[in-house]
Amino acid sequence: MLTELTEPTTLKASQPVNLVVNGTPLQLNLLPWVSLLDALRDYSGLTGTKKGCDHGQCGACTVICDGKRVLSCLSLAISKDGSEITTIEGIAPEGDLHPLQKAFIEHDAFQCGYCTPGQICSAIGMMKEGKAKTRAEVKELMSGNLCRCGANTNIIDAIMEVQNQSVHE
Amino acid sequence: MNNFTYKRAESIEDALAQNSSGGNSSYLAGGTNLVDLMKYDLTRPDTLVDLNRVDGHHEIYETPEGGLLLGAFVTNADTAWHPSVEERYPLLSKAILAGASAQIRNMATNGGNLLQRTRCYYFYDANVPCNKREPGSGCSAIPGYNRIMAILGTSESCIAVFPSDMCVGLAALDATVHVEGPTGSRSIPFADFHRLPGDTPEIDNTLLPGEIITGIELPANGFSKNYSYLKLRDRNSYAFALVSVATGLELDGNVIREARIALGGVAHKPWRVREAEEFLAGKTADSVHFGQAAEIILRGAVGFPHNAFKIELAKRAIVRNCMMALNPESQLPGAQPSV
Ligand SMILES: Cc1cc2nc3c(=O)[nH]c(=O)nc-3n(C[C@H](O)[C@H](O)[C@H](O)COP(=O)(O)OP(=O)(O)OC[C@H]3O[C@@H](n4cnc5c(N)ncnc54)[C@H](O)[C@@H]3O)c2cc1C
Ligand code: SF4
Ligand code: FES
Ligand code: FES
Repeated sequence: MLTELTEPTTLKASQPVNLVVNGTPLQLNLLPWVSLLDALRDYSGLTGTKKGCDHGQCGACTVICDGKRVLSCLSLAISKDGSEITTIEGIAPEGDLHPLQKAFIEHDAFQCGYCTPGQICSAIGMMKEGKAKTRAEVKELMSGNLCRCGANTNIIDAIMEVQNQSVHE
Repeated sequence: MNNFTYKRAESIEDALAQNSSGGNSSYLAGGTNLVDLMKYDLTRPDTLVDLNRVDGHHEIYETPEGGLLLGAFVTNADTAWHPSVEERYPLLSKAILAGASAQIRNMATNGGNLLQRTRCYYFYDANVPCNKREPGSGCSAIPGYNRIMAILGTSESCIAVFPSDMCVGLAALDATVHVEGPTGSRSIPFADFHRLPGDTPEIDNTLLPGEIITGIELPANGFSKNYSYLKLRDRNSYAFALVSVATGLELDGNVIREARIALGGVAHKPWRVREAEEFLAGKTADSVHFGQAAEIILRGAVGFPHNAFKIELAKRAIVRNCMMALNPESQLPGAQPSV
């Protein structure tokens, strides 16, 4: 982060921050202003989570924190000490695809793919919340994830397919 | 973001003590507004006191008076989807769900929502004058692009609007804000919580330095039979209101016993005009009377070059939303127009 390069950080010490990321306990040493997003990308080597706007406006940085979808760019990592985080890297076992990942491929639900990790984590969170039943409700409750390639229609198609499958299971 | 010291509070007493230990300190709740403002370098606290692990005020419960107490640290999402809120205060539920996005509502807290700052573009641009950000520097919005600005209660110093949706619902419901501070606790009627800019636009509300919001109390009547929230904006979701309306009606057949109408997106605080509500009492619930009430509510409205359209928009939104309140089942996700 720019501040770390331009301001002397010697006055403020790093502090231990414990997170369980995708089932693996991580002990990080972070300055208090490091966002959860930067903690994942820059300090944990998990670059699947994307930085779009860094201001809460696009949803690209969505992760699941203690079971809920949140924006990692507006979360301070230190405030999440002790939390369990799931990122796109952790939604399916190594080598396997999550049903939403399969559906996104089938429905051509991306072009550049930059919004995709956030879209999928957000959709997982939405299904867990269980509030969206109709297509209109899914659209409304997925509106926090922008896709600048305009794949939105296919994204909603992919989510609806997985949602209908889980209803029938 | 500036360097700051991070402290975690375990109780309200602890938070008050940590906050008063000198310097320029801020409380941290969901962080969705504060962290954003810090990233823009518009707020530079040297200490953050994290309220998220304070014991208490994380619940929603019924009060002995028959109302509902919303803990300050409950998230906006948990509040909107709480069974008692959905059943007894669906107007509040709709208003919350019309704001921000699902992820942000999972983070944002009830206390923080009341204290979010304006979305005036010039407030966010540190390179231009803004009386709210830098008192005495001038207002860039008055001569600038003022599409999203206020039409009611403006001053020569500031024409910004308060952007919350939840607070429009709380204003209509006559909520009370409970706070604890260095000198004790007090309760603030919702109508007195936010303020008009006057010549001190840097002050958004009547909370005193160091005070912590601990809860928001809803009175027993939640207008749960006839209610509606309508939010009009430049895109259908995940955008701030140009105009929003919260309506609650108590009906005897088709005669109005009591009406509540609050507007968002038009002023420095949620806008309610008692005279219009009194006018509606005893009248039949129809578009003619709602239109007359709208005229009373918008009396004194002043438009600026790019937002004068909001005056007519607000009037029509009031009528439409009151008609929607007669038929709450027709409402669409995201507080969109349905009749
Ligand atoms: C992209 C985006 C879109 C949004 N769209 C909407 C919208 O359409 N409608 C809408 O209504 N809102 C919208 N919001 C705003 C959002 O609702 C607020 O940011 C949120 O409610 C603030 O709550 P918080 O808990 O995150 O507060 P924080 O950011 O943690 O704090 C905000 C302020 O309140 C203070 N504070 C917090 N809690 C307390 C307390 N208990 N006692 C004393 N002080 C306290 C903090 O010190 C800080 O000054 C949007 C936000 C973003 C980022
Ligand atoms: S309207 Fe208020 S917030 Fe916006 S530039 Fe003017 S003084 Fe600042
Ligand atoms: S990067 Fe977090 S919302 Fe855009
Ligand atoms: S696929 Fe490019 S932003 Fe969504």
